[in-house]
Amino acid sequence: MSWIGHLVNAVSLGVVYGLVAVSVGLVFGVLRQVNLAQGEVIALGAYSLWMTRDLPVVVRILVCIGVCVAMSLVIQVIIFRPLRGASALTTLIVTFGLSYALEGVWTIVFGTNGQPVSMLSSLNQVVVGGNVGLRWITLVEMGVGGIFFALLVLVLYGSKIGVMMRATAEDFRTARIVGVRIDRVVTLAFVFGGVSAAMVAILFTVQTPLVTPTLGFNLITLGLVGTVLGGIDRLGRATAGGFVVGFVNSMLGAIIPQELLVFLPMLTFMFVIVMLVVRPAGLFTPKGSNVERV
Amino acid sequence: MSHLADELVQDARATTIPVATDRLVCSGVSVAFAGVRALDQVNFSVNRGEVVGLIGPNGAGKTTLLNVLTGFTEVVTGSVHLDGRDITHLAPHRRARLGLERTFQHGRLFSGLTVRENVELGAIAVRVSKRKARSTAARLLAALDLEKVADVPVAQLSHGDQQHVSVARAVAAAPRYLMFDEPAAGLPEGSLTQLGLVIEWAIKESGAGIVLIDHNVDFVLNLSDRVVVLDYGKVLAEGSSDEIRQNVNVVSAYLGEAGVENLAASQAP
Repeated sequence: MSWIGHLVNAVSLGVVYGLVAVSVGLVFGVLRQVNLAQGEVIALGAYSLWMTRDLPVVVRILVCIGVCVAMSLVIQVIIFRPLRGASALTTLIVTFGLSYALEGVWTIVFGTNGQPVSMLSSLNQVVVGGNVGLRWITLVEMGVGGIFFALLVLVLYGSKIGVMMRATAEDFRTARIVGVRIDRVVTLAFVFGGVSAAMVAILFTVQTPLVTPTLGFNLITLGLVGTVLGGIDRLGRATAGGFVVGFVNSMLGAIIPQELLVFLPMLTFMFVIVMLVVRPAGLFTPKGSNVERV
Repeated sequence: MSHLADELVQDARATTIPVATDRLVCSGVSVAFAGVRALDQVNFSVNRGEVVGLIGPNGAGKTTLLNVLTGFTEVVTGSVHLDGRDITHLAPHRRARLGLERTFQHGRLFSGLTVRENVELGAIAVRVSKRKARSTAARLLAALDLEKVADVPVAQLSHGDQQHVSVARAVAAAPRYLMFDEPAAGLPEGSLTQLGLVIEWAIKESGAGIVLIDHNVDFVLNLSDRVVVLDYGKVLAEGSSDEIRQNVNVVSAYLGEAGVENLAASQAP
């Protein structure tokens, strides 16, 4: 495959991780707490696609979105609401534990070998062949990702709830004092997080149809790294960070020889370490607002 | 309950102030911090459309009283009523929804939002539609000559202009009662006239009952219909601005004996 082909694939994976970053970044933006169990929302969405394998595609997609939103809201109610006001570290540990627990549940219910999601596999057909190797799924991913980001920006900057959400993300306490209905804002963040998790589940399983219990954790690990790399304080930067991590991971995978692919995570994380040491506040955070050095 | 709290409950029995509609009332309010009485049997009220100044030396209890009214500080004894409704134990954000707004000493604006969005938010947060909030913000920004910077992030504005935006945000919420917490703090002397005009505009625009706190006594006296003076957590004096200027107890509390002598000398024929 040519460099153009590798670039196209890298953009494709970048969009997926950009969506993972949105999924994590929305909740973090509002609550300043990380939801490590968001990966399991994606995993359950992917399993729902397998469970609805006999239904029409549109129904499967709608069920997947519904399942992810519902799961996201359940996590909000049973974990985040009781832990409101707890330290970010407490929530991190609790959601880390929840992620492991749910991974165990997936193993018990769905087995360790994984389940195949055969949906929209025709999207893997090539649009432009030869050295480019552009597939329909890449175009669909870019289109879906672009539309979703555009809608999100429209909501955040053009709607009543969007203004409240941005105000809450900036200063939770003051937003509450001036009368913003915080519970509504938080719920909406979890709903959007659920929808973006469903997008990831759908787009990812078209390309990689085997859903295993570790799918969610693997996606969230790199996605979360991406949000920090971009600058977790701002959703746009976090999303761009997710994209960069997905892009770099894909490009490194293309560059290194087949027998060294086992070292791909190591190389990706080395890239992240170097970038964060050079730009501790995030790759896309302006230089002036660097982190405080004690 | 601590000994001090017991004492405060005993004292509270005698002191009450009539509650009424169109009135924000705090009645027999006592607050204690670490065994020290920050407020002691304070009665305070503001009617809708009235401007009440609240002054007193450092540590007199002005900010504590404002925090009691807005729900940031819990009372040990006493009550707070808004238009006849008991709001003593209501959280600040619930009071905001009932029409009790406040500004903050340091603005507490959303620096990443534009000037327009900050003002719109004041209205949006109290259930005004986006369209109406937008037209309200446009009107208020035009009145304050802030149209040119309407789409600029508020962080780029001077401290003085940020205070004006803060006032506009509070007015956008169409408050029934509006508390100004040291609006002149940190402003250069030259900006006070402008701020005074903005607050006068806010008083007329909102028609709300206003409580104004500031260390700058002249600033408060010039804007207030009625002034309440606190000292050591108690009401030291109450009256019109002119009465307060001539009050021996008030002058003594602020300036000591020398101030009283000067006052006497100025009143001598």
